[in-house]
Amino acid sequence: MLYDITLEIGYEYASPANTGRHTLRLLPANIPGEQRIINGHVSLNPSPNERHDRKDFFGNEVTDVAYRKPHTELQFRVRTRIERTAAPVGFDISPALPDLAKELAGIQSISPLEPVHFLASSPRLPLDPAFAAYSAEKTTPDMSVMKIIEAIGKALHEDMSFDADATTVDTPVLEAFENRHGVCQDYSHIMIACLRCLGIPAGYVSGFLRTIPPEGQPRLEGADAMHAWVRAWCGIEGGWIEYDPTNALRVGQDHIVVGYGRDYGDVAPVKGVMRTAGGQTTHQKVDVVPLS
Amino acid sequence: MSVEATAGQNDGGYGLIKSYRPYPGVSDELMDPDGNIRPVWRPFLDHLSSLTQEDITARFARGNQYLNDAGVFFRQYGQDGPNEREWPLSHIPVIIDDGDWQTISKGLVQRAELLELVVQDLYGSNNLIRGGHIPASLIAKSPEWQRPLVGIKPRSGHFLHFLAFEIGRGPDGTWWVLSDRSQAPSGAGFALENRVATGRVFNEFFAKADVHRLAGFFRRFRDHLLDLRGESDSRIAILTPGPLNDTYFEHAYIARYLGFMLLEGEDLTVENGRLLVRTVDGLRPLSVIWRRLDSAWADPLELNESSHIGTPGIVDAIRRQSLTMINALGTGILETRALLAFLPKISEHLLSEPLRLPNVATWWCGEDNARVYVRENAERMMLSPALTTALPFSSGQKDFIGRAFENGQRAPLEAWIDEQKGSLVGQEAVTLSTTPAYQDGKLLPRPMSLRVFLARTPEGWEVMSGGFARIGHSEDASAIAMQAGGSAADVWVVGGKKQIKETLLHQTESPYFKSQSGTLPSRAADNLFWLGRYVERAEGAVRLLRAYHARLSETDDPEAPLVALTADYLDQIGVPPDGFVPDGLCSMLQSAVGSASKVRDRFSVDGWLALNDLAQTAGGAQRAIRSSSDVPPAMSLLLRKITGFSGLVHENMYRFTGWRFLSIGRALERANRMADLLSVFSSTKAPDGSLELLLEVGDSAMSMSRRYAVSLNRETVLDLLAMDERNPRSVLYLLTEIKDHVGVLPGAREYGHLSALARSVLQIHTNLAIATPDTLTTEILEDLRDQISYLSVELTDTYIR
Repeated sequence: MLYDITLEIGYEYASPANTGRHTLRLLPANIPGEQRIINGHVSLNPSPNERHDRKDFFGNEVTDVAYRKPHTELQFRVRTRIERTAAPVGFDISPALPDLAKELAGIQSISPLEPVHFLASSPRLPLDPAFAAYSAEKTTPDMSVMKIIEAIGKALHEDMSFDADATTVDTPVLEAFENRHGVCQDYSHIMIACLRCLGIPAGYVSGFLRTIPPEGQPRLEGADAMHAWVRAWCGIEGGWIEYDPTNALRVGQDHIVVGYGRDYGDVAPVKGVMRTAGGQTTHQKVDVVPLS
Repeated sequence: MSVEATAGQNDGGYGLIKSYRPYPGVSDELMDPDGNIRPVWRPFLDHLSSLTQEDITARFARGNQYLNDAGVFFRQYGQDGPNEREWPLSHIPVIIDDGDWQTISKGLVQRAELLELVVQDLYGSNNLIRGGHIPASLIAKSPEWQRPLVGIKPRSGHFLHFLAFEIGRGPDGTWWVLSDRSQAPSGAGFALENRVATGRVFNEFFAKADVHRLAGFFRRFRDHLLDLRGESDSRIAILTPGPLNDTYFEHAYIARYLGFMLLEGEDLTVENGRLLVRTVDGLRPLSVIWRRLDSAWADPLELNESSHIGTPGIVDAIRRQSLTMINALGTGILETRALLAFLPKISEHLLSEPLRLPNVATWWCGEDNARVYVRENAERMMLSPALTTALPFSSGQKDFIGRAFENGQRAPLEAWIDEQKGSLVGQEAVTLSTTPAYQDGKLLPRPMSLRVFLARTPEGWEVMSGGFARIGHSEDASAIAMQAGGSAADVWVVGGKKQIKETLLHQTESPYFKSQSGTLPSRAADNLFWLGRYVERAEGAVRLLRAYHARLSETDDPEAPLVALTADYLDQIGVPPDGFVPDGLCSMLQSAVGSASKVRDRFSVDGWLALNDLAQTAGGAQRAIRSSSDVPPAMSLLLRKITGFSGLVHENMYRFTGWRFLSIGRALERANRMADLLSVFSSTKAPDGSLELLLEVGDSAMSMSRRYAVSLNRETVLDLLAMDERNPRSVLYLLTEIKDHVGVLPGAREYGHLSALARSVLQIHTNLAIATPDTLTTEILEDLRDQISYLSVELTDTYIR
């Protein structure tokens, strides 16, 4: 499937920012066998004093920008054409939990692709006993890892209510979980925490959803802004699978990957520090249009 | 002859150690296993025994006085938040024989080399993980392994430049490494201060004793840091988390000692991959940072995003090879407790030799065999989180001995260990050696551990010949951390080859190095400016409060016109007089202390103590005073203390740019207050007695009677308090002072033109200088006040923003 994607993120400051430094993770990734970037670039308005493109530890595309002149607004625009194939949903060849643990213990590498990075608590994801209790309740010991992933994703989708006004990007994950509400970020964080409590490596994926669904299918939640979902590791044979708990489905061609990380903090679309007094307002617009 | 003179056979004839009994099965520094005094202690013990108890008490007091005068303190976290606490010096040094020290030194140098190889591998090729020498999950799970730094080679070629090791002596007399400190080791500055204090306590003895000196170590490390700059004229700085950090005193002390700038994250900015410091002279490059800040907090963009004490872009500067960090960001990973389980084998693997100095035997419960061993021996082992980087038994940590496992837990100890798996380590519980501490006229054995410092120098790793001993306050070795009431002692390394060069060149341990440069960071300028303003603001309030209460006592009528006007005025400037000593006054002084605390490295210890005393006196008065008539004497006392503080600062402070900012702050606040007072109290509508009040508050009654034979009137008062060029409290005098200071600040003249700030000052000054008292209407005085007040904004825009 070919897509043309446009994204615009804008900020307006109540009083001018004198300096600013931002790291942007907005451009989709090249993933062999799953996703190919045909073209794509990030443009900025006003134009920054410094700009550098690089890759981070997990291989995500990063643009570093710095401003040293007063500015009251800031826009980041992405235009990209990509070809999305997505990994097909295969048979369940994943092990049960005890065998997964053995496979993990045998890993002698900390290269960025290894599941060992996605086991522990991460800055935004404390592994609270509440998550472990939920996981235990929703699964049985005889389930395969893939079944567990799907069961927890599905259970969360049923137990939580989607509420765009209930949480912000900085709402602690435990608070969103206790209230059983939130947006894709909260769904994904909670699911990751639940999986890690069982010893299943799980990471955060940021990306896009196609805006208008294929004919006859419902519009997916999260298509009007950047989206997030979960990837989890099903053992050496099973590899990584991706699951979207906000929509309770395995990720396919309708999802386009921007970045992989341990939690939102690793792949936040825009991170920034600026010297300004007063508040800011922000807007975000996404268009994901299939070409064929 | 007293009974003590006929002491038992094993005490060597020293009354002091009559009851000194090492604990069974514990090694002792002073006595060998047979109860004989070790030779290395004899000269010192001879000396100590020649002193009377009164003499010893007096000497200890001298050492404490030194620490007090030097302002040595550490911050303790208690129930009431952080408090500054007196430095707990244990006056008896730990004395170690040079032979022993050589063993320690060789072992620690080997360990430093090993740690460098390990950290290079963890951020580089990962051979140790691929080869199974370190479990992958241990590193991947650690919050100290900083992913953004992976793959970046340090500009200097090395990750580690300054290390500390916590070591202890076991029952069989051998030394053990208890903990590796690689993140941002503290204590070297405290070691220096302990040395100076202990040297004063035993001054004659120390001067002649063959004790290894410390100063050369710092000199060579400083040379190394200077070399690391490369060819550039860039600067070196100590980066501190700020005054709330528990070892901030030491950061300021080391910065002063080595002559480096002491900076906080907000002083710095990154442009085009270069790190720059904001100074009153503009942005200046920095190329070497000795950080006292944990890695995660250094850069909110790439590391811990909640950090408010870091510098956005600092990782970028490192990535682009323009900055050397001491130690490199990410080196905290080496402090991970579980690594102690693997280092012995890694040494064999990488260096092809065993560790020369063993570390505490450690078992990582992520390995089945190790976990079985820990489970079977748990009762007598210390159990800790595998990933902790804290010192063993430091406060707030979750270390415990197995037998102390609480029954309230969900499962028995064995099951708990199995459940914890890779997040747990078991360690052999260490029995530390004991060393003498002085208590109630005698020496008693107390457990101790040593902190030893290593610095990279142009000639390789060098060990500081001495260090920092922690002494337990009871027999319990787990109570050794100072946060838990332990104390600190100097470490004397004695004997061996005479280091002739050192002793000739460095008689003293405190040869403060010449400052690298006089550059004043903008934040320091800001704090000095506000320190000047707050203290002066408090002085103005104190004078006015005294005048108010004196008049209230006279008239006993709060409604009397002048009393009411003054009360109203006091209310408006934030010090309403009805509470006797208003909160507003105390908070002005607290703000002054706050500003001063951020520039401790530029500020005399006496000044700091005087300022604290001032704030405490105001607080005390606030609690004590219950009637209006008590206020004037209390205010007079405060005034004397303020004057004392100002005297200390202005008489003793070196005439650097920083002093100018302090002076401008004071003059600006005083001029502003005087112009405002004049606009209110010299008004033709002001009640009777207003002019006298102005003279009193302006401390100018005597000048008045000397200068003017005529009776008091509006013109003469304005002449004296607004326009007199010789009255240090007149507005014009103060504007002249500001003009002179501003005229020599950086950038005051560019291309022959005055800076905007200098022009503004000159304009205000000129307007007032050509005025006459009769033209100074209330309106003009209000204008003058506003113009002076705006100078503060202009100054901030020019030098501080």
